[in-house]
Amino acid sequence: MAVRTGRPLIETNRVMAPGQTPGGIDDVVNTPVLAGPQRTPLWWWIGFSISGALLLLYLVSIVQLITVGTGIFGNNSPVMWAMPIINFVWWIGIGHAGTLISAALLLFRQPWRTSINRFAEAMTVFAVVCAGLYPILHLGRPWVFYWLLPYPNTHGLFPNFRSPLDWDLFAISAYASVSVLFWYIGLIPDLATLRDKAKSRFQKLLYGTMSLGWTGSARAWTRYMRAYLLLAALSFPLVLSVHSTIAMDFAVSQLPGWNNTIMPPYFVAGAVFAGFAMVLILGIPLRRVFGFEKLITMRHLDNAAKLLLATGMIVVYGYFIELFLAWYSGVEFEVFMAYNRLFGDYGWAFWLLILCNFVAIQPLWFRKVRQTPWALFVISIIVSIGMWLERFVIIVVSLTRDFLPSSWGNYTPTFWDWSLFAGSFGLFFTLFFLFIRLLPAIATAEMKELAHHDAHHGSDPFEEIRPRYYGEERA
Amino acid sequence: MSEHPHDQPHLSAADLDPLAGPGERLEIERIRERLAGESGERFWRSLDEVADTSAFQEFMRKEFPRQAAPLEGSLDRRGFLKLLGASMALAGLSACARPPSPHEQIVPYVRSPEQMVTGRPLHYATALLDGGYAEGIIAESHQGRPTHVDGNPDHPASLGAAAPTTSAAVLSLYDPDRTQGITEGGVARTWEELFDTIQSALEASGDGTGVRLLTETVTSPTFAALLRQLLAEYPEARWHQWDPLHGDSAWAGARAAFDDDVVAVYDFTAADVVVSFDADFTNRGPGRLRFAKDFSRRRRIRSADDDMNRLWMAETTPTPTGSIADHRIALAPADVAALAAWLAGELGVDGAPTAQLPARVDPAWAQALVDDLQAHEGRSVVIAGHDQSAAVHALAHALNVTLGNVGETVRYIASPEAVPGSHAASVAALAEEMHAGAVSFLVIIGSNPAYSAPGDVSFAEAMRRVPLCVHMGQTLDETGALATWHVPQTHALETWGDARAHDGSVTIMQPLFSPFYGGRSELELLSAMLGDGVATAYTIIRDAWRDQVEGAFDAFWQRALHRGVVEGTQAPERDVSLRTLDVQLPVGSDLVLHIVPDHALQDGRHANNGWLQELPRPFTTMTWDNVAMLAPVTAEALGVTSQDLLVVTTGGASVTLPVWVQPGQAPGVITSTLGFGRRAAGRVGNGVGVDLYPLVPSVGQRVRSATAERTRGRYRLATTQIHHSLEGTGDRRYIVRAGTMAELRAEPEHPTFVHPVVHPPSDILPNWEYTSYQWGMVVDMTVCTGCQACVVACQSENNIPIVGKEQVLIGREMHWIRVDQYYRGSVDDPTFYNMPMTCMHCEQAPCEPVCPVAATVHDHEGLNVMVYNRCVGTRYCSNNCPYKVRRFNYLQYAELSGNATELSLASNPDVTVRSRGVMEKCTYCIQRISSARVQANNEGRLIADGEVVVACQSACPTEAIVFGDLSDAESLVSRTKRSVLDYALLEELNTKPRTTYLARVNNPHEALAAETRQG
Repeated sequence: MAVRTGRPLIETNRVMAPGQTPGGIDDVVNTPVLAGPQRTPLWWWIGFSISGALLLLYLVSIVQLITVGTGIFGNNSPVMWAMPIINFVWWIGIGHAGTLISAALLLFRQPWRTSINRFAEAMTVFAVVCAGLYPILHLGRPWVFYWLLPYPNTHGLFPNFRSPLDWDLFAISAYASVSVLFWYIGLIPDLATLRDKAKSRFQKLLYGTMSLGWTGSARAWTRYMRAYLLLAALSFPLVLSVHSTIAMDFAVSQLPGWNNTIMPPYFVAGAVFAGFAMVLILGIPLRRVFGFEKLITMRHLDNAAKLLLATGMIVVYGYFIELFLAWYSGVEFEVFMAYNRLFGDYGWAFWLLILCNFVAIQPLWFRKVRQTPWALFVISIIVSIGMWLERFVIIVVSLTRDFLPSSWGNYTPTFWDWSLFAGSFGLFFTLFFLFIRLLPAIATAEMKELAHHDAHHGSDPFEEIRPRYYGEERA
Repeated sequence: MSEHPHDQPHLSAADLDPLAGPGERLEIERIRERLAGESGERFWRSLDEVADTSAFQEFMRKEFPRQAAPLEGSLDRRGFLKLLGASMALAGLSACARPPSPHEQIVPYVRSPEQMVTGRPLHYATALLDGGYAEGIIAESHQGRPTHVDGNPDHPASLGAAAPTTSAAVLSLYDPDRTQGITEGGVARTWEELFDTIQSALEASGDGTGVRLLTETVTSPTFAALLRQLLAEYPEARWHQWDPLHGDSAWAGARAAFDDDVVAVYDFTAADVVVSFDADFTNRGPGRLRFAKDFSRRRRIRSADDDMNRLWMAETTPTPTGSIADHRIALAPADVAALAAWLAGELGVDGAPTAQLPARVDPAWAQALVDDLQAHEGRSVVIAGHDQSAAVHALAHALNVTLGNVGETVRYIASPEAVPGSHAASVAALAEEMHAGAVSFLVIIGSNPAYSAPGDVSFAEAMRRVPLCVHMGQTLDETGALATWHVPQTHALETWGDARAHDGSVTIMQPLFSPFYGGRSELELLSAMLGDGVATAYTIIRDAWRDQVEGAFDAFWQRALHRGVVEGTQAPERDVSLRTLDVQLPVGSDLVLHIVPDHALQDGRHANNGWLQELPRPFTTMTWDNVAMLAPVTAEALGVTSQDLLVVTTGGASVTLPVWVQPGQAPGVITSTLGFGRRAAGRVGNGVGVDLYPLVPSVGQRVRSATAERTRGRYRLATTQIHHSLEGTGDRRYIVRAGTMAELRAEPEHPTFVHPVVHPPSDILPNWEYTSYQWGMVVDMTVCTGCQACVVACQSENNIPIVGKEQVLIGREMHWIRVDQYYRGSVDDPTFYNMPMTCMHCEQAPCEPVCPVAATVHDHEGLNVMVYNRCVGTRYCSNNCPYKVRRFNYLQYAELSGNATELSLASNPDVTVRSRGVMEKCTYCIQRISSARVQANNEGRLIADGEVVVACQSACPTEAIVFGDLSDAESLVSRTKRSVLDYALLEELNTKPRTTYLARVNNPHEALAAETRQG
């Protein structure tokens, strides 16, 4: 399917455009997935090739890293953690929105989640893959990373459970497993639909195996819904815990700029912020190229933008509180940390961060901006850059200036720092392109349920007031 | 100043008047004002910190750019090590080439086991030469392999101390770039062929006409006797000497004062007041280590009851000795001389040249100096530096005589040198003869004049006119490359010899093993010239001493080798009578180039030693480069800042040097160092830095009027402490704590300067109960000169790799101990503070809880131990270390079995060689603790106090480091920690470091105390 051009877009503020039928949803979502390889659109090939090339760069960087050593990065003493850790936190932050959308919004009965949860969950899983590899690659001796696991061994040694890095390992692996499980369970009814419609042997085998014999019986649905809800209940706390734990990697240390009790909530808000930015970065082109405008509507964009604004302001509050507490503590080292963050050698990073994460999101107060996809896309990219800078400011800038001026030092990333980062995009987008080609990017079973509700029961309890709120006539 | 600095017109010395007004780019004056307004409590680390004006910030905030991808460069640096693998087999063969003769016996120092016990090192007393003078050492040998060198406590020139070059000797010993066989024009030859060549050349000369010998400073009685014998046999032959660091002006000064070849031996333990005219007496010249020991013994302040000497220092460039001075002033060399002459005039020295007090010297300061000396007649020392002219040396001698110090604190002895004299004149005379074609056969032993001779004698050119030149040296250096024959010379640790110390005491030097790369002793070469080609150094030395000893020779021999010094050879005191002085003071110039030896490489002979190349130089923390050191005002006048390039021209020659702006440098002086720019040093030292010998004059001092001009480009300098904007870092860090004796006496119980803020301990959990030893350390900042001897000693003891300039630039140097530098006071005459930093072994170590694999843990004796095997390299420990003393192996820095070279033989077998990807840090020399524990357990006792001496402590020439068991209340370390001056660094973090510091105490003159407080 090529990018549609010249066709008038039907924009709406409802969860889905009126008049959607289960068959129509199938046509829009499932038909491209089941199309044969020769009908794969050109844009997909281009995107997949670029991603694949970057993935190769990733692999080359890893080979270089393993053969030569961590020294290929710009890390030094005192900046022992730098770009790999920034990228790790950045990716794991992105990996937050998916589960939040799926689990939290499901529990809060927000029907608008349905259109975007599938690709957001996929995004989560892939981002966690990208993130999870970083701490391992960042080790001096990556081949013994399993020593962090409490496994029985002849050394008679056990990990040190006092270390936040060990908490990290469990938090990320738990989050990764639950996210994959949640995503996969959500996929099962859709996989069964694909199985039923599959034409080629490959598709039959693939979807037949993956759908685990789903029959769609009432009993299966009952069990399924219960399991899904339980998993949602299980993953919701994980959304909060995983980034809190990562925040503790920093908060537990005594480094000025890291040692802050505000870190866990502030990191979670930052993660949701970054995650929603990424959802928008992926969702806006997706709805365009697949023609999902009726399913991923203005309502979704608008809601995501509001969440972006809300979490963004929480994050900005965090910046302010960090500076305030540094001053209020009266501790020389903390005061200097704040001063250095604002006016030191890397002061530009802080001000750029304020520009990206504070100034750039202010237009979102206006509905017009929230409902302009390209503007949202641009703002989301700026926010993603801003969140990367935030981690740079916290991790690197704090390390460059700590207690003893004699040991201060600056940091400059090397080619390999950037190549591994660019390569991780390759990994992410390769997986993402495979995902949108082979699996339905929208949860069709749930959408069909919604369409049924729409058609027979009326889906929107605020149907009467919403048009007035949005200042538009009913479509 | 011009928009484009490289376009600026040629700047002459006359433009450099510091009073000409503030420059547009630099506002040193404003900094000075700022500092003047400070309370005096303020410490600063670099000029930038006190710079508050935007112009100055702009000027100084030029960070050196760090290029991406350090890898290629660093691999190049390391790459050479891989190349060396190929020569391994060859080296092994040559090591076997000359098995020791059965009758050559060497005697262990500490124990005399009937046979070697595997795994246990043996220690031998011998000596290394510094400028030809013996410095006694104890060399440690593991299975016949020398691995470490400590000072010999019984030797008068060491008393157990070691200089950086002492500890680094083992690395030079195994240097794969040492030559491994006799060559003639690059073709391998045998000893017999050389012998025949020498004999026929001597025969051809008849009475020695055209035969010339060139050696370095000779103090060896045996070598001197052979030389005299040779000269007697060939009366027309001549002996010349060239050591670029020889104390020519000290010799000339003694001549001028006493008309006699005498040298002064100082007794700093008896001196209450020391006045140094540019003398870095703890680091340079004969007796330096002894003087450091003696001097520091008068500064061991533990309480208000202790007495302290007072050091007045007038010096051109900051030196370690000057850094702990009680009164220090930065003066150009001519001003130092003027001050000396003025002082001599004030104190009534006969014939002292009339001199004005230099403008930089405050009359009150000078008057206090006069008063202080007059109040301490007979209890003071006046000492002149090596770079000062003969006039200053003569004045110093005259002052000592006038003050009645001779016989009290100063003793004169006949010069221990075989032929005292001016080396510069000697080498110039030789070169003149060579140019004239009067030299037909030249033998050069040890010296490297083709590199190190003054530029104006054109020695390399002269060598081309000598038909037969035999060069003996450890490497095929610049001179060896031009010589007809090259003979590999043995290292001091692999041959027999003898040498005198600064006080005349003789050490018989014994080898630790047979020559590793083959090689011959200079004694054997001389013996061959005398017609005996088969005598070995052993037989020569033994025969020479047999003639001098009455009674049982074997007992004498055993005793002399065992102790490392021959009893009763100390030179007797010589009566001197002061002549009426007739000396010319040097004339200053507005801008001078001042050339001094490098602290680590010295005259360049150590250039191929990676430990010394990468040694952070005092104050600058510079590695791998020499610089043009400028005072801030001079930099301002020249319109340059650190890492700019400066073309320095003097006497028709010019060099391009990177600039380093150094607080405490004398205005109007460009100081740069010798020892760099080697062309044939070897793979490590070639092309590092800039060669300054072409600018060295053969006549007079190494201080020359010069012009300087900024040139295009910048140069990255690899310092281990970065220097950047520090404004607003805060005054309440309380890192360095310093006060005066007067302040200490005013508050003897709780001096405020030691504990400006009280931090009550705040523990939730009870402390761990220790049942055995508890190791701990105290560092005395009052005596630490920042000489970096500890750094090399630690490197040698703990197998610490070098990383190369590129890696230092990124900030990945591996030294386990470093010396932090801080300043206080004005940028022109700041006070220097040296703070050795190493793992503090915190009782509540922040590194321990954050390691996910428990690779860094506390042991039952209180050590914070690092388990390399367990480390996966998360590096969290370093992030959480407030002292940043942990070092990470970012790349494979150490040699592993796969890429090992001969250099790995210098490794300590008791210490793990770390692989890439693991963290490392100071262990408190745990291997030494373990070895002492095993010994004590075997003998069923506890480890005694003083039994464990860690490497840094052992080397320290001023005994600034005290280590021991804290559980023993009477151990030296426990008693030292009870001092009121003891404080823990960053105690507010509640890390409870086991290493604590004694606050720095100075002893300013009463009349100047208030001024000193103002800084």
